[in-house]
Amino acid sequence: MINLYADVAVIGAGPAGLAAAISAHENGAKNVIVLDRNSWLGGILPQCIHDGFGVEETGTSMTGPEYAEMYINAAKKQGITFMNETMVLQFDKNRKIIAINKKGLHEIKAKSIVLAMGCREKTRWNIMIPGDRPSGIYTAGVAQAFINLYNIMVGKKVIILGSGDVGLIMARRLKFEGAKVLGVVEILPYASGLPRNVVQCLDDYGTPLYLNHTITYIQGRERLESVTIAQVDEKMNVIPGTEREIECDTLLLSLGLIPENELSRNVGIEIDDVTGGPIIDQYFETSLPGVFACGNCLQVYDTVDVLAMDAKKAGKYAVKNSIKQNKDINVKAGKGIRYVIPQKISEPGKIRFTSRVEKPCESPILRLVSGDKEILKKKLRWANPANMVEFDAVISAETIKSDTALEVLLDGC
Amino acid sequence: MKNFHVAIIGGGVIGSAIAWELSKYKLDVVVFEKGSDVASGTSKANSGVVHSGINSAPASLKARFCVAGNKMLQPLSNQLGFPLEWVGKYVVAKNEEEVKELEQLKTVGENNQVPNLKIKDGKDIKEPNVSCYKALWVPTAGIMLPYKFTIALAENAAENNVNFLIETEVKDLKKVDNHFLIKTNKGECQSQILVNSAGLNCRNIVSMLEEPDFRLYPCRGEYLVLDKNYSNLINSMIYPVPPKELGVLGVHITPTIEGNILLGPSAEFIDDHEDKRTTKEMMQTLFNEAKEIIPRLPEKAVISAYSGIRCKLASPDEGGWADYRIEESRQTAGLINLLGIESPGLTAAPAIAKEVSKMISKSIKLNPKTNFKTRKTMNKRFSQMNPKEQSDLIKKDERWGRIVCRCEHVAEAEVIEALSNPIGAQTLSAVKYRCRAGMGRCQGGFCTQHTVRIMEEQFNIDVNKIKLKSSNSKLFSGRTREIKND
Repeated sequence: MINLYADVAVIGAGPAGLAAAISAHENGAKNVIVLDRNSWLGGILPQCIHDGFGVEETGTSMTGPEYAEMYINAAKKQGITFMNETMVLQFDKNRKIIAINKKGLHEIKAKSIVLAMGCREKTRWNIMIPGDRPSGIYTAGVAQAFINLYNIMVGKKVIILGSGDVGLIMARRLKFEGAKVLGVVEILPYASGLPRNVVQCLDDYGTPLYLNHTITYIQGRERLESVTIAQVDEKMNVIPGTEREIECDTLLLSLGLIPENELSRNVGIEIDDVTGGPIIDQYFETSLPGVFACGNCLQVYDTVDVLAMDAKKAGKYAVKNSIKQNKDINVKAGKGIRYVIPQKISEPGKIRFTSRVEKPCESPILRLVSGDKEILKKKLRWANPANMVEFDAVISAETIKSDTALEVLLDGC
Repeated sequence: MKNFHVAIIGGGVIGSAIAWELSKYKLDVVVFEKGSDVASGTSKANSGVVHSGINSAPASLKARFCVAGNKMLQPLSNQLGFPLEWVGKYVVAKNEEEVKELEQLKTVGENNQVPNLKIKDGKDIKEPNVSCYKALWVPTAGIMLPYKFTIALAENAAENNVNFLIETEVKDLKKVDNHFLIKTNKGECQSQILVNSAGLNCRNIVSMLEEPDFRLYPCRGEYLVLDKNYSNLINSMIYPVPPKELGVLGVHITPTIEGNILLGPSAEFIDDHEDKRTTKEMMQTLFNEAKEIIPRLPEKAVISAYSGIRCKLASPDEGGWADYRIEESRQTAGLINLLGIESPGLTAAPAIAKEVSKMISKSIKLNPKTNFKTRKTMNKRFSQMNPKEQSDLIKKDERWGRIVCRCEHVAEAEVIEALSNPIGAQTLSAVKYRCRAGMGRCQGGFCTQHTVRIMEEQFNIDVNKIKLKSSNSKLFSGRTREIKND
């Protein structure tokens, strides 16, 4: 066993982990260790060779690898320790991490831990698509890795199920590489990826988007031969008679992302059923003192920019170690709201909330209330589940003392 | 032309068990397997249950080989290193009416010499999540990983010079004088004895030599696999009282060695024995039926679904129950047929193999080898080792310290070991069934690229030839861009 010590140990060297590590170092942590299971830094970024990264944060549009490089260079300058090809097997309540790499098993005692494990993609079985089990079915991110990192083409005639951003990006990418992209199938009445991606990745290339449609059957005993698509009604039930078979050799699944929290669950950190990420307070601290969470393992962000800005805060707070001292109040998702982060507030002050709405809606009114008391009222131009809603609110000491849960609501939908 | 003493058609659990049994003797043995690996049919897609013998009619071959096989499995597990756990099973009755069925099962079991059967009150069973009125406790039932068992038998047989020819399909058979002439898609050979353990293809094989006197009734069973997070829902296998028709055991809830719980199988007679689809209706039915037994079964727990096909000799009209046929053909001397080996075939396999070896010994003298090799690969996974064992392995070879499967914590060295198997199976599935990379909740999202990289870099497998599970299940359509070396 190799023994190490860290002021802040960051699990995951993707954009969140890099940003949190840099910020922790800038805020006084001398010994920052970042652990990652890949042989590279930047997580998913190196395979995201399209541009659009960093616009909100820096004003410059970069590709994924360029954006990652910016952070990697900054981190290296600061002397942050990176451990690649290192898998964290577990950590305990005293923040003792057990990790493994080619040098052996490591025991890392950390004053604080920042969780930045990212997320994984939903598979065919998350939505239980019946049929055969042929080759040629890939999650969009895996296909992206093969094409962009390994120079391997996944197929020639492609159907994409799910209009998440990775799926949309891949529709364009596959088209660039000469594949036939027969269409993107989405069960919802609207695209689940960002509107700009629908335009830039589908519309610009004449790729059809089949809204209110799903895949009901997969056929092919060896390699994929066809899928059956069908229209669904407003309750998402298949409308009989609308089924049609489409010949294809590849199915890409872009069904959404699941925050990776096996490590968090194993140590008993409370998880939000809706976000799939840890329940945190305004300091990004989880229910386990000294353990902070950021990035896509906390919630699935729209853009890396917002994710990185939040992760920097998490890194900063992690330096102060456990801030939690007061009792906290809950923040609930009310009418029209799917979730709100942070889920708990322990101290008064100006707080940045991130949340998602349940369905698309024109000019709704967002409200933050504490019992009968209205703390914030804000008119939005529009709201869309694909776009995260961010807002700031000042929470007073009185509100916290009142011991009443805060609630975020959406009126006029 | 190569001449073998014994040719075995089919590398399922029966063919592999026979191959292993025969590998103890000085014989030239060949196994033809049309799939890309052993255990590529029903042998990998079943409940993985070690049956006790309470479900087979007394004096039947099913009962005889099941009870005998059950007793052979623990020593075999110790010898070959495949995991086996005696978790026991409860057959649960919902009401007084069903208790009569429990009593009948108990009587059948006792007739078959199954020990320690006991009917317990619902409140006395050690399963807090199971709701039932009474239950029959069967302590001599167990679980194993059916593919691991088959692979262990086959690989050790191969290490003892049995020839396993994968992706090799028998196309034609002829009996010429005292030997069989065997034509395959990869060439011809001869054998003295021909063992037909082709499972669902057993009738096709017979019909190459003679008019079959039986029909097959393929009966599909679908399964759902639950996430390991829910492994503590049950401790033992939970079976319903068997449905009266169909000759099957009903939808049961089975723990697995690795912590995933299986729900299933369904029972549906089909025409095409290769139709291993899963259906929406059945997935829902399985879930609903399991939920009746375990009311707090969570909705989102499923990580995978599959189906396997039972090889039945009795039609649905006859009730689907028929005994095994394990016999030398009366018309074609030297042809040993193993017909209708459905459940409890996995349990019965080692006992059936002994029987077949005895049948062969009537025409060929069996001389034991003096240099029989014990199995090279033991099946303790890296993630199950203690820190000292892990550290020692990493010191010897750093590839043990590189974890390539995040869900199941599989080391790169384990993938390499899987790809180096003596059968020569090098598909993604071959890796998955040997070391579990790709079997976890992300279903290959992380490890596939590592496994492919290892296949390319360390085994020089052409990217166009990388397959999922069978000869035409190619994963890729070449390079994205060809690289010109100037």
